[in-house]
Amino acid sequence: MILLRNGLKSFLTYLWSGWGAIASLMLFLAVWESAGLYYGELILPNPRITFQTLAGLIADGSAWQELTITARRALIGFGAALVAGSTLGLIAGLSMTASMMSRPIVTVLIGTPPIAWLVLALLWFGNGDGTPIFTVFVACMPVVFVGAMQGARTLDGQLGDVATAYRLPPLMRFTDIVLPHVVSYLFPAWITALGISWKVVVMAELLASSDGVGAALAVSRSHLDTAATLAWITAVVGLLLAVEYLLLEPIKREIERWRVAV
Amino acid sequence: MTTAVHALAHLKVRGLGHKFALQTILEDIDLDVTSGEVVALVGPSGCGKTTLLHLCAGLMPVRTGQIISSFNNPACMFQQPRLLPWKSTLDNIALGLKAAGIGRDERICRARMLGLQTGLAHEDLGKFPHQLSGGMQSRVALARALAIMPDLLLLDEPFSALDIGLKIELYGLLLHHLKIGSLGVLMITHDLMEAIRLSDTILVMAPSPGRIVHRFRIDLPAMQRDDAFVYRMTAELLQDSRVRTSFGLTPTEYEPLARQALPC
Repeated sequence: MILLRNGLKSFLTYLWSGWGAIASLMLFLAVWESAGLYYGELILPNPRITFQTLAGLIADGSAWQELTITARRALIGFGAALVAGSTLGLIAGLSMTASMMSRPIVTVLIGTPPIAWLVLALLWFGNGDGTPIFTVFVACMPVVFVGAMQGARTLDGQLGDVATAYRLPPLMRFTDIVLPHVVSYLFPAWITALGISWKVVVMAELLASSDGVGAALAVSRSHLDTAATLAWITAVVGLLLAVEYLLLEPIKREIERWRVAV
Repeated sequence: MTTAVHALAHLKVRGLGHKFALQTILEDIDLDVTSGEVVALVGPSGCGKTTLLHLCAGLMPVRTGQIISSFNNPACMFQQPRLLPWKSTLDNIALGLKAAGIGRDERICRARMLGLQTGLAHEDLGKFPHQLSGGMQSRVALARALAIMPDLLLLDEPFSALDIGLKIELYGLLLHHLKIGSLGVLMITHDLMEAIRLSDTILVMAPSPGRIVHRFRIDLPAMQRDDAFVYRMTAELLQDSRVRTSFGLTPTEYEPLARQALPC
């Protein structure tokens, strides 16, 4: 009960601290609006027109339809990267040889631009769902892998001794000693990977798909419809901000309360 | 839970040796700890005391010699507090109880009692280790060791991070636990006075390779030792040539002081 009340309190404090962020976003909108006044509606529609277009897209149902398709692709790729990256990274982290061998490979994977993967994926998977999902997977996997590997590598042997000395059963050793430490490395990597997946999927759709937000962007571009383009961008960015700051960040704060001085 | 064992339990170490790569850390160690007895290991830094304690705690495999223990609930307190950073003070103290399968309400209740006994304040019990001072962390580590109601306590410089007032307070707590249970203690310390205040047997170790060079028994019960007794015994022990060489003191350096201390 106390825990719940403390959790709620810290969540409300967190939301209250959002005023600063909202103020700076408002400033950004003001700059956008004045730039819009200067360049004219064709080049840069002002925020009001953009939001009206977005509201229209939501009202006629096309926004949700495309966003669902895009989200599905991003989440499948992200989920696969999460499972594969976490598992492989943990295994690699437990062995010195494996982590030394995997490091250059990971550098190559991280260094390869997603657009290069996209071209390969187009050749391999064609125009279906496979192309964006694969591109997302390949862009996210190394990030998660590195997080998991570092988490496993930095496991504190001294705490392992504590576990032995106090005769912790194997399951408790995992849940109370290994997991909290590894999660504190994994979770930030997952959040970064989620951001990457959302950006990469739009890019992949723009070039390779006939549906999804990316494809909608391609269509609005070909119609020279700047307002619709900005509306789609707003939708994508807004959704990412909402997921990150309303869902992931509070969870992260809660599970890493032990790290920061309250 | 373990009940009080009436038959005296023993820790017997015979001919124990240990090597890290080619370096011999310990050689031919013999020692005994019986329940109800406090044995102190004193010696200079790097003479293998911690290795010896870790071997007794079963944290390293024994390669030479043997360790036989009939204690069935040993607890270990390490040189650093080694608290789990993601657990609150109470959950840290209750770690061993959780491992023993004791329900949450009971273990938290016992952890709270011990936390307060070791001198922690109510508001400290919900904090995380990084919010506690070094001395408070040591107290949590001691409470964690005492929480499982051990029959053997292995202590590695348990009080070195504490100020003198708190040391005396925790000596009292330790002696109290010794009195109520038939607890055996093997403790490492740098502090000769601490060893004399608390222990029945003092083993003096010398380095390279780590070995026991002197055994010193104190027959007066720990509860009856006052400050004057502790000072006198410390001076006496410091006059012993084996103790002096073990700590690298020259034979004459301390003698005038010790002579002055003797008559009182």
